[in-house]
Amino acid sequence: MGFLELKNMSRSFGGLRAVDDVSFEVAKHQIKAVIGPNGAGKTTLFNLITGSLVCDSGEARINDVPIQNLPPHRIARRGISRTFQNIKLFSHMTVVENVMVGRHIRSRAGFLPAMLRLPGARREERAIRERSLEILSVMGIAELADQDATSLPFGTQRIVEIARALATEPELLLLDEPAAGLNIYETARVSEMITKIRERGVTVLVIEHDMSLIMNISDEIVVLSSGKKIAEGVPADIQKNEEVIRVYLGEDDA
Amino acid sequence: MAMKKYSPVLALVICVIILQAIASLAGREYYLTQLTMSAYYCLVILGLTVLMGYTGQISLGHAAFFAMGGYTTAVMTTRNLIEMQGSAAVDLAVRLGLTVTEKNAYGVEILHLSPWVSLVTAVCLTAAVAFFIGIPILKLKGHYLAMATLGFGIIIYRIVLGSRIFGEADGISDIPQFALAGGLAVSGDPALRVQNYYIAAVLVVAGVVLLMNLVDSRVGRALRSIHGSEEAANAMGVNVARYKLLVFVLSAVFACIAGVFLTHFNGGVGPSEADVMKSVSYLAIVAVGGMANLWGALVMGILLNYLSLRGYFGSYDEFVFGSILIVIMLFFPNGLLKMENFRWLSDAAARVINSYRARGGEGKDGLS
Ligand SMILES: Nc1ncnc2c1ncn2[C@@H]1O[C@H](COP(=O)(O)OP(=O)(O)OP(=O)(O)O)[C@@H](O)[C@H]1O
Ligand SMILES: [Mg+2]
Repeated sequence: MGFLELKNMSRSFGGLRAVDDVSFEVAKHQIKAVIGPNGAGKTTLFNLITGSLVCDSGEARINDVPIQNLPPHRIARRGISRTFQNIKLFSHMTVVENVMVGRHIRSRAGFLPAMLRLPGARREERAIRERSLEILSVMGIAELADQDATSLPFGTQRIVEIARALATEPELLLLDEPAAGLNIYETARVSEMITKIRERGVTVLVIEHDMSLIMNISDEIVVLSSGKKIAEGVPADIQKNEEVIRVYLGEDDA
Repeated sequence: MAMKKYSPVLALVICVIILQAIASLAGREYYLTQLTMSAYYCLVILGLTVLMGYTGQISLGHAAFFAMGGYTTAVMTTRNLIEMQGSAAVDLAVRLGLTVTEKNAYGVEILHLSPWVSLVTAVCLTAAVAFFIGIPILKLKGHYLAMATLGFGIIIYRIVLGSRIFGEADGISDIPQFALAGGLAVSGDPALRVQNYYIAAVLVVAGVVLLMNLVDSRVGRALRSIHGSEEAANAMGVNVARYKLLVFVLSAVFACIAGVFLTHFNGGVGPSEADVMKSVSYLAIVAVGGMANLWGALVMGILLNYLSLRGYFGSYDEFVFGSILIVIMLFFPNGLLKMENFRWLSDAAARVINSYRARGGEGKDGLS
């Protein structure tokens, strides 16, 4: 049994079947990649898993508990966290504050304790800050803690977004093109980071166009095209799959 | 850390005392009256700052919440219960200490509900109304939300203006004082001017400290994250709809409390308090104060309300606040009193300090 199971997930926009009857499983502690041409429905699939979009039909289960069509904040509490293809860091907040929002589901102070700075809220606040700074130093960006998050360079913002997602202590991390727009050094760093995240016991589902990154780090690959799953398997098999070469891998040579 | 964080509060307290001292020494204590009124309006503005500046949810209906506070206490405390003495309900209220007996300005003995009762009622009522209209309204975004809150504001304005019990166009007057504790009373009595100035100041200081704490907390970060990206906030587990609703209710309660106190201070309340132009002026002040900036909102709130109340804008009052709003939206959509708008100033200061240091200025490291 998979840790995340998707069964016949579908979602249309008007007449466009963005995700069309997609099923697959992700095993615990796996790094699984989702690849496919532009517009294949990869991001839409992530939005369905995280509840950003409701699915028309199908089922998603985490640890055998159905999660489809739960609101996103409830799904986050089930241990799923994500990053966004178009980075969505919180503006007018520092790097560490962004990561501290990731601790939201791991803390509980409400309006009154916060306004009155009750001892419990203060203790919790200290713990949130310490844990967030710790995550920043694991990611190697501790020195940026007090910088305004959205004015950082692109590559750094991607790392902050991963840090923020990790702060929720997810069991499953969804990364939507974590290396997009990065140079080869930054990409190598992200690749190393993803492997490290898995070593810490997190299951990773990653969308990426960078084939060398994908072939390097993933245990299994799912290929989407026009909303449909056209192949699934280990990297070596995917590289040899003729349909995949035709619709996707081949396009570089064209 | 804590000292540094609260040092603006200390500065505020010192300013409050200095202003009073100057006014009293100069024999111009009547200036304190408008400062007191400005302070109460600042409570509305502070609440709105958290809603608008920090959470990014616009409201053009806050004058309505203010009016709900003012009119609730006005209606409840101006009813003379003396003829109804002997009825079970009134006797029970008297026995529970929920009433006040006093002589009014004409020496007539009156028995009315305690303003504490009306304060609690007004807060509960306002919170409930904000909660129930907030559920559908806060699903809207941007100008749709602005329109919906504007519509709510207009409805409350028309209700106030058109109802006999709210005094129609005349409003409600002869509102009794609000006796707090230890001989303090919220009242327009010129003899109580100084203490009323301090009562308002204490409320504002308390309000700003509570909201400062809020903004810099788990809840505050959740609110600010909603402003940054609702989708990302949601994905991080923030219940966006719930936080929007709660902060809307909180800011409505701030407006309501301001309405209750100012009404007892003024001794009357009129429909102009519910006027949509009031909401526009609150919004303009939040914008000119820097949007997500409690201190900017406070400074601007005192300054602009004071100038307006002293009549410096004359009949151009609405024009002034309307233009402020237009100018801010056109040129400083993130608010005026923002650090980035003054970076040139701090850069210049840094240059001066650096050149001073370069020339061998010693012992200046403690400056910041
Ligand atoms: N909210 C939406 N409304 C309408 N159409 C949408 C929406 N989101 C996605 N689509 C459409 O669904 C299809 C799949 O989009 P999606 O973003 O999932 O592709 P993708 O595989 O992530 O592509 P890319 O590699 O470019 O990121 C596209 O044709 C897109 O235009
Ligand atoms: Mg995409």
